[in-house]
Amino acid sequence: MTPLRVLIVDDEPPARARLRDLLDDCQAEVPNVIVGEAGNGPEGINLLCSNPADVALVDIHMPGMSGIEFARHIQVIEAPPAVIFVTAHDQYAVEAFEVNAVDYLLKPVRASRIAAALKKAAAGPRVTREVFDRVDPQPRRFLSVNERGRLTLVPLTDVLYLKAELKYVTVRTPQREHLIEESLARLEEEFGNLFIRIHRNCLVARRLIRGFEHLDGDEAEASWAVLLEGCNEKLPVSRRQWAQVKALARS
Amino acid sequence: MLFAGIPRSPALTEHKALSIRQNDRTDALPDFRNLGVVARILLVVNGAALAAALVRAQGVSEIGTQFFEIVFWVEPVLSVILTVLYAASALLARLRFAAGFLCTLAIVAALTLAMSAVQSLLGRTPDWSGLLYGVALAIALAALLLEYFRVRRRAFSPALAEARLQALQARIRPHFLFNSLNAVLAIIRGDPRRAEGALEDLADLFRSLLADNRQLIPMREEISLCRQYLNLEHLRLGERLQVQWTIDPGAEDALVPPMLLQPLVENAVYHGIEPGLAVGAIEIRIGLAGDRLVVALSNPYYPEHQHRQGNRMALANIRERLLLHFDVEAKLDTGVDGERYRIGMVMPYRRAP
Repeated sequence: MTPLRVLIVDDEPPARARLRDLLDDCQAEVPNVIVGEAGNGPEGINLLCSNPADVALVDIHMPGMSGIEFARHIQVIEAPPAVIFVTAHDQYAVEAFEVNAVDYLLKPVRASRIAAALKKAAAGPRVTREVFDRVDPQPRRFLSVNERGRLTLVPLTDVLYLKAELKYVTVRTPQREHLIEESLARLEEEFGNLFIRIHRNCLVARRLIRGFEHLDGDEAEASWAVLLEGCNEKLPVSRRQWAQVKALARS
Repeated sequence: MLFAGIPRSPALTEHKALSIRQNDRTDALPDFRNLGVVARILLVVNGAALAAALVRAQGVSEIGTQFFEIVFWVEPVLSVILTVLYAASALLARLRFAAGFLCTLAIVAALTLAMSAVQSLLGRTPDWSGLLYGVALAIALAALLLEYFRVRRRAFSPALAEARLQALQARIRPHFLFNSLNAVLAIIRGDPRRAEGALEDLADLFRSLLADNRQLIPMREEISLCRQYLNLEHLRLGERLQVQWTIDPGAEDALVPPMLLQPLVENAVYHGIEPGLAVGAIEIRIGLAGDRLVVALSNPYYPEHQHRQGNRMALANIRERLLLHFDVEAKLDTGVDGERYRIGMVMPYRRAP
């Protein structure tokens, strides 16, 4: 039996050490090998891109990116590891896991529990991205972009606008553009506090709106455009959204 | 209720003895150095003077003159009595309640007699029967006030017990307990000595949580509790947690409500250090300004993490206990200053014996 490849993601060094010890303890029952250890979510994602794993033991409560957000992002890569969450105490998350059959361990972790969870993860069906989306009460802090097998994280605070094009959404940052496979409506729902819809196909960062410019063209639909800080494109505002956008600009 | 889980009878008798002692302690003289107490005494005595004026006045026009005549006699006596009680407050507090009660009445009687005698001799011809009448009145009023303060304290003592329970609830943050136990388990194999130390710290911390938290304790004890707590967090968070203490000489001797600082330090770790990827520093200053104890605490501020629960509960709990112990003389302020969250507390400086 090939050993199970395990990735550990936890911000507390003693907690990682504890998982290491316990994985070693249940070696006889479930052969396993640790392929990497990360102190935070983005680090874990980096590791995963070069070292595929079968199982990820992920602390929920981490700075920068929560364990649940980590689980949501890694579903984009090919053959993502099964995620087992580890938490000291998180009533809300634990209830959500129970409902959605997501596996979790409670700290202090026991060797018997870890062995059972590993076995289940090796055999059981994978939890889908939609389930992790449902479980997470918080909007993500990053968008994950899969580019030629590598997973790039784009902080939401860097995003100027999101524009729907055919089956992709263009994510525009001051530096460059990325393509993600998500629906604009879902993005609007998740990040409504950060972005405002200015057009059927476009969401712009609320805090970056610097002004509006009248478009003289004869385009029937759009006669105003939004100017964003750090971006020299003029983004047309649809008539339907104009009242709402103007109200925001006033306030 | 807290002791319900203890099965052995010696523990139960101990608990009983403890509660009897607590009842004994609830009957106590008011703290004559407290502004709230002094204000209440002034209000009641002047109210009584006004009532006397109303009774003695023949018509509405006379009320004013009658009142000033009485006040002219009462006020010097009252201010001397309050000054003496202020000075004797610490001594009186050491006596049993009954003895303290009688001593206070004796002080009031003696001072009223002396002051009135002086006033009568300076002013008109001595009116000895009126003087005795005045002394009797002063004693009655003093007894009434002491009884009022005793009843008020009784009424507040369930509130204190409640505050203690709330303190417990606010304090045992399961997140901290389980993470700490997990961290200790992690080092047991590699560093048993450090694990021992950590469990000892954890035991001390929980003993303090379960202690009778109604009596004031020296700041020194609260500081050492915070240090033990921080040791545990340091085990978990490593270099990410930096703490800077600045303690004025003498400030360690101040008497403060127990569990005054520790919940704030725990909040600082929870809201200011844990959400950060980089190293974060908590600054704690404990200083003296005249007859006040000033405590200032600050930590890095992460606005997006303010939804994390627990903060307001701990603050409300500390505010309530400051009010119960120091009345209007203590205050607690919070605010965000740039990238740091700050808490400031001011309370009367009472030196531990």
